[in-house]
Amino acid sequence: MAKHKVTMTINGKSVTAEVDSRLLLVHFIRENLDMTGTHIGCDTSSCGACTILIDGKSVKSCTYLTVRADGADITTIEGIAVEGTNHPLQKAFHDQHGLHCGFCTPGMIMRSIDLLKTNPNPTEKEIRWGISGNLCRCTGYNNIVKSVQQAAAEMAKEKEASV
Amino acid sequence: MFKCKTSPEVGGMGHSVKRKEDARFLHGKGKYTDDVKLPGMLHMVIVRSPYAYAKILSINKEKALAIDGVLAVITGEDLAQYNLHWMPTLLSDSQMVLPTDTVMHQSQEVCAVIATDRYIAVDGAEAVDVQYEPMKAIVNPFKALDEDAPLLRPDKEGQKDNHIYHWERGEREKTDAAIAAADVVVKERIHLPRIHVASIETCGVVASYDKDTEKMLIYLTSQAPHAIRTILALVAGHVGLSEEKIRIIAPDIGGGFGGKVPVYPGYVIAIAASFLIGKPVKWIEDRSENLVNGFARDYHMDCELAATKDGKIQAFKVSTLADHGYTDSSANPSKYPTGMFSICTGSYDYEHAFAELDAVYTNKAPGGVAYRCSFRVTEAVHAIERMVDKLAAEIGKDPAQLRFENFIKKEDFPYASPLGWSYDSGDYKQTLEKAMDMIGYADYKKEQAEKRAQGKLMGIGICTFTEVVGAGPSKDFDILGIKMFDSAEIRVHPTGKALARFGTKSQGQGHETTYAQILAEELGIPYTDIEIDEGDTDTAPYGLGTYASRSTPTAGAAAAIAARKLRDKGKKIAAHLLEVSEEDIEWEVGKYFVKGAPEKSKTIQDVAFAAYTNFPEGMEPGFEATHYYDPPNLTFPNGAYICVVEVEEETGAIDVKRFVAIDDCGNIINPMIVEGQIHGGLTQGIAPAMYEGIVYDDEGNVLNGTLMDYLVPTAVESPHWETGHTITPSPHHPLGAKGVAESPTVGAPPAIANAIIDALYPLGIKHLDIPITPDKVWDAIQVAKAKA
Ligand code: FES
Ligand code: FES
Repeated sequence: MAKHKVTMTINGKSVTAEVDSRLLLVHFIRENLDMTGTHIGCDTSSCGACTILIDGKSVKSCTYLTVRADGADITTIEGIAVEGTNHPLQKAFHDQHGLHCGFCTPGMIMRSIDLLKTNPNPTEKEIRWGISGNLCRCTGYNNIVKSVQQAAAEMAKEKEASV
Repeated sequence: MFKCKTSPEVGGMGHSVKRKEDARFLHGKGKYTDDVKLPGMLHMVIVRSPYAYAKILSINKEKALAIDGVLAVITGEDLAQYNLHWMPTLLSDSQMVLPTDTVMHQSQEVCAVIATDRYIAVDGAEAVDVQYEPMKAIVNPFKALDEDAPLLRPDKEGQKDNHIYHWERGEREKTDAAIAAADVVVKERIHLPRIHVASIETCGVVASYDKDTEKMLIYLTSQAPHAIRTILALVAGHVGLSEEKIRIIAPDIGGGFGGKVPVYPGYVIAIAASFLIGKPVKWIEDRSENLVNGFARDYHMDCELAATKDGKIQAFKVSTLADHGYTDSSANPSKYPTGMFSICTGSYDYEHAFAELDAVYTNKAPGGVAYRCSFRVTEAVHAIERMVDKLAAEIGKDPAQLRFENFIKKEDFPYASPLGWSYDSGDYKQTLEKAMDMIGYADYKKEQAEKRAQGKLMGIGICTFTEVVGAGPSKDFDILGIKMFDSAEIRVHPTGKALARFGTKSQGQGHETTYAQILAEELGIPYTDIEIDEGDTDTAPYGLGTYASRSTPTAGAAAAIAARKLRDKGKKIAAHLLEVSEEDIEWEVGKYFVKGAPEKSKTIQDVAFAAYTNFPEGMEPGFEATHYYDPPNLTFPNGAYICVVEVEEETGAIDVKRFVAIDDCGNIINPMIVEGQIHGGLTQGIAPAMYEGIVYDDEGNVLNGTLMDYLVPTAVESPHWETGHTITPSPHHPLGAKGVAESPTVGAPPAIANAIIDALYPLGIKHLDIPITPDKVWDAIQVAKAKA
């Protein structure tokens, strides 16, 4: 198997590695880097449990080759807030009971970060469509929607305060 | 309504405190089975059958073994040397771990490749060369009993055909006679399709055998680790895996819903591989393996409901054909091969009922385990609730009115049902009234009349279900002989903080919070000061696990009673500290005080400290208690659900406009968590009602074995759920609680089906089986129009 040297930034740290050409990014993150917050729930890009940010955009890392991420800037659930603090979405999911088993949660949050970046004030319908690439089997989605709404409101306030 | 006894800071029952377990999940620090990584760990990938029924002619391992990094290919022949190629199912049938000659369903395990890396193991699996001789599979369960049907299980002694068992309850003759004499009889064959729980985390295992200590450490996606350990010891004891050497740790679980109760062949192969090789072996199912190798439901029910001409129900009869696949691996209590199906008489008071069931083998995957309701209550409720609606339509009575006229009355509890249950409590009338108020039933009825006049299709569907959970009393309930109690062990430390351990295992239900709240309620120790631990068979007390909404009814009760034992001991210590006699001590949440002199008091924390530092002479030191709870009865949660839909005649598209769910689950520990459970269960109710169903072709190939074609609802398909409660406490549960998680999955499908059929009724459509998809609706509309 051909090996390739890749360099990327993950959660602000630069990482260089030799990887097989077929190694999926989700496995690189989970197995090689031991960051297991990014989950795997399918093999058809259907569930979104593996969602991360690549150059700021949400991407399903289970169908993304590691070599393709050479030079990319990657953020995973472990990197969205300074240790000991919460991203507004993390706080909102806790406040609104937006998680049960937690397996879909990192992917949901990563997707929601991108959603709120492109649409900071989404309607309920826009949130539902916005997270429709991510499956949750536990919550029935009501409280995930509420979590995203709370985070949107808080992030808007933060933004206002910083202007 | 329930009134909180504790302050929000203490966080006892009734407080919507935020969950204690959230932080690790929110930060990506949950620890699920696939996150376990042990030194020297190997990876396993399973080779599976492309055929539904075939002879295995040969398995050639050579090419696979030639791949660098492939260490072994394990076949049925290999396991047969240790007599590990078959295992018992929970209902005393037998299931292949790996086959030696025949495969019985598509995707059945054929052999397993062990390699240093998952990618290499996949290469190895592709390189294994298996030769098959395909045979004609039995796919249709109604054909399984045909004269010329091949005998699928010649391995079973005395097995002459593909019939597994016959079961019946109730009085056949009297029920038949009542039906024959009735003014009105409605009939229907109702099928509840095969579905799969599809928890977002699939199943998996990391098995690690240490040859020196002879200990087998197993990380397992298991809802019932203790029971699984016992089963494993029974199956593999002869090779040296005895129970004290096996430690099962169920780490964080990414959703269970019953799918993580059984022992899957993959687990056993990985455990055997680790045992033979002496290194850790990891096996994580992929999504298709998960979806295709297990199922719930698959009951074909012939129903007859008899009533007087004005709608007083008189008798109900249901004869069921159950498709179990090639083995009966249902996860039911031993004496209940059809689970609690006999709850099928529902929430109504009438005298005669009869239920029977015949189970057959087919060339499909075994399972029958669960889909957020393992004990066949969903099937039962669907049958009665569809039939009650059919009766209402037949005699032209409002389905709500018909229900009111037939409900078991509040004052009739405990109610002896015609098929032998003792319903503990409920107020069905109040619950339905509340649902009707909340949704605005009368207004929707008016709107519907107007819409119908304009030729538009709008439907209103009701379901008023009775659930039966909390298995169960030891005289009736066991799994492989092990009684279905559950347990709690509490240790209060000298500083007044506590650790409590349970025989159950959360898969997202929030036990770390709700169990702490139960103890906070009983002891007055703040829930934040109480750690909850479950899932490790080396440390937790023995219990049967978490499924069938049994944790609160059983382990929750055990927690309350263990806490009360502690309180009794504490009373003696308080008397000693306050220098009065025990009779003079009174308890109020969190403290003991002297009768008539409340200023003289000791907190539970003072008492805990004294239990280690200053206890009465002769008393056993320490502040710990354990209780194994054997419930006196089951609990009977119930609810009234109402759904409003609109159907587009041109396309068959169904729009769920509103859905209101009123649940009576008795006293509530944490309203926020209960509401969350109901939301989740409702989405798992709309799923089989409108989207999910495993589809086979005539050869036994699964046609929708991925999440691209097996349609798990997203946030778009899932409506905005509206919920509410009535509360009639369970009279026999120490906290008055009943259990809740499965109610919505049980109650939602008939409410939705009833609403859709109600919408289509003007066209002459009187029944459709779930999942009711747009194409099914469209086809039915075309047929109805052609007839008209
Ligand atoms: S694991 Fe990537 S979408 Fe399911
Ligand atoms: S919380 Fe379990 S899958 Fe979403």
